[in-house]
Amino acid sequence: MSVIEADGLRRSYRTSTGVLRRRTHEIEAVRGVSFTIDKGELFGLLGPNGAGKTTTIKMLTTLLLPTAGTGRVLGYDVATETARVRASIGYVFGGDRGLYERLNALDNLRYFADLYAVEPRIQRKRIAEVLDIVGLSGRERERVEGYSRGMRQRLHIARGLLHDPPVIFLDEPTIGVDPVGSRELRTTIAALSAAGKTILLTTHYMFEADALCDRVGIIAKGQLLAQGSPAELKARVADRTVVEIEAHAVTADAVEKLRRIPGVVAVTLDERDDGQLLRVQSASGLELTQTILARLGDARVGRIATREPTLEDAYVDVVTQGTRS
Amino acid sequence: MSRAAVPRMLLRGWAIQVKDSSSFGFFIMSSLIEPVIFAAIAAYMFRAGNRPDALLYAAIGAGMLGVWIVTLIGSGQALTFLRHAGILELLIVAPVPFVLVLAPITLAAATVGMYSLAATLVWGWLLFDVPLGVEHPWLLLASVPATVIGLGMLGMLMASVFVLFRHANALTNMLGYPVWLASGFLVPVSLLPDWVRPVSWLLPTTWGAEAIRTSMIGGHPLPAIGACLGLAIGYFALAALTVRHFERLARQRASLALA
Ligand SMILES: Nc1ncnc2c1ncn2[C@@H]1O[C@H](COP(=O)(O)OP(=O)(O)OP(=O)(O)O)[C@@H](O)[C@H]1O
Ligand SMILES: [Mg+2]
Repeated sequence: MSVIEADGLRRSYRTSTGVLRRRTHEIEAVRGVSFTIDKGELFGLLGPNGAGKTTTIKMLTTLLLPTAGTGRVLGYDVATETARVRASIGYVFGGDRGLYERLNALDNLRYFADLYAVEPRIQRKRIAEVLDIVGLSGRERERVEGYSRGMRQRLHIARGLLHDPPVIFLDEPTIGVDPVGSRELRTTIAALSAAGKTILLTTHYMFEADALCDRVGIIAKGQLLAQGSPAELKARVADRTVVEIEAHAVTADAVEKLRRIPGVVAVTLDERDDGQLLRVQSASGLELTQTILARLGDARVGRIATREPTLEDAYVDVVTQGTRS
Repeated sequence: MSRAAVPRMLLRGWAIQVKDSSSFGFFIMSSLIEPVIFAAIAAYMFRAGNRPDALLYAAIGAGMLGVWIVTLIGSGQALTFLRHAGILELLIVAPVPFVLVLAPITLAAATVGMYSLAATLVWGWLLFDVPLGVEHPWLLLASVPATVIGLGMLGMLMASVFVLFRHANALTNMLGYPVWLASGFLVPVSLLPDWVRPVSWLLPTTWGAEAIRTSMIGGHPLPAIGACLGLAIGYFALAALTVRHFERLARQRASLALA
C-alpha cells in the first residue's frame, strides 16, 4: 500500500487586485497532480518557482483543502480525516519563520511536544534525541532570536521529528543554509530515510535531489510532467552532451540564435554573481563549441567545458519541453 | 492523546505564552507603565469625595481597563500575529484540536493583562495613597484566576471571530472604552442606562471587577466568581464552534499563511 497518494489533486486560489474596483481572478496553482509514494521511499518534487510544489504539500498536510481530487496519507483522506493525518505526519518548511523568537529552543520544543501529543514521561528524552539528531545539543537554552539561519532550520526539523512521525514533508529544508550546513542536513535526511521514514521533499538543488531521492517528480505550471528515479530521468538525456560556458554579456538575442542551431535541444542562461553560466544541451557526437562561440556576438567568454548530462539537464529538458507546449 | 495530557498541555501552553508575552516590550509598556495614568485618573476623580473605599473601588476599575485592553489586543490579534510569524500553520497541523491550542494563548493574554491591574494598584498606593486592604484573601486568590478564565474564554471567541474581518484592528480599537464603561469599572452598573445592563451581565469584566472589589473592600465575592466561570463555559462552547469554522474557512481560502 502506498503511504502518500495524490489522485488528481487540484487547487486554485482566488486573489483580488485593485482597491476601489476590486477584481477577483483565479490562479490555478495545481492542475490535476497524481503520484504515489511507497513506504520508506524518499520522493522529491522538483519544479520552477510557482510550479505548485508548496501548494501540493499543503494539501497533503491538511493545511489547504483541494479544489478537486483527493489526497491520502496512510489511507486517511487529507480533506476529511485531518486528525488521523496530522498525528502521523511531520511538516517542515524552509526559511527562518515559524518559531517563537523570544523563547529558547527548549521551550519551543517543549511546547510543540505537548501539541504533538508526545507522552509526558518520554518528552525529556525525546527532546534530547531530536536535538542530537539535528546537532543542536548544547545550544538549546539560547533564545531563538540569536540563532543563525542554519540553526533555525535545524530547530524546525527537530520540531518536525518530535512525535517520531512515519511520514515527513520537507519543503525546501536547506534553503538559505550554507554548504556545510546543508550537507549535514542532507545526511540527517538520508538517515531518516534509512530509518524507514516515508519522505516527500521539495528542493531547487538538483544535486541534492540526485543524492537523496529514490524517485523524483518534475512539476511545472501545476502539472506533473515526468516522474521516475534520478537514473531513469537522466536516461532521457543520456544521448546528449552539455557544453558549459562561463561568460559575460550574453544577450537574450544570442540565446535565441543558439536555440536555432541544428541539434541543440535546450539552452539555459543563469545569471550569477561573477558573470553568467550558459548551458547548451545537444545531441551527443556533434562538435558544436565553435558554432556556439561564433553566435555569441560581443559576449566575453571564460572557461568552456563539455560534460555528461546530469539530473539538472534532465530537469531542464523536461521543463522546457513541458512549458513550451 | 491521553486524557491526563490535556490539562498539562493547557497549563504548559499557558506558561510558555505568558513567558513569551512578558518578554515583549509592548506588553511591558502597557502593563506596567501605562497604569500610572489609570491610577492618576482614579485618584483625581475620587479624591474629592474623601472616601478611601471609593478610591480603591476606582483604582480597581481603572486597572481593569488595562486588563481588558491587553486581553482585547492580545486575543483579537492573536491569530493575525501567529500567521505573520509563520506559526499558525504549525499549530493547525498539530494533531490537537485547535481550540485547545488557542485557549492557553488567550488565557495568557488575560493573565498578562492582570499585571496591569496589579501595577495600577501599586502605583496608586505609592503615588496617591490608595489604601490597599484585602478583606477576603482566599477569595481574592480565587477571584483573580476566575477573572482570567472568563476573560480568556471571551478572548478566544473574539480571536476566532475577529480574524474573519478585514478590519479587525479597527474593531479591536473600537471595543476598548465602551466595554470599560459597560462593565461598571468607573460607574456602578446599576447607574447605567437599562439597555446597557444585559450587555454588562454578559461581560466577564463586569463580574471579574465585582469579584475583586468585594474580595478587597468587603462583600460577597462568590456569586461574581461563579458568574465569571459560568460565562467562561458559555464562551468556550461558542468558541469551540467558531474556531472550527475558522479552521475550515482558512483551509478553503488559503489564509493560514501569508501568500
Ligand atoms: N495564498 C495564495 N494566494 C494566491 N496565490 C497563491 C497563494 N499561494 C500560492 N499562490 C500561487 O500559486 C502558484 C503556486 O505556488 P506554490 O507556492 O505552490 O509554488 P512552489 O512550486 O512552491 O514555488 P517556489 O519554488 O517558489 O516555492 C503560484 O503562482 C503562486 O503565486
Ligand atoms: Mg514553495
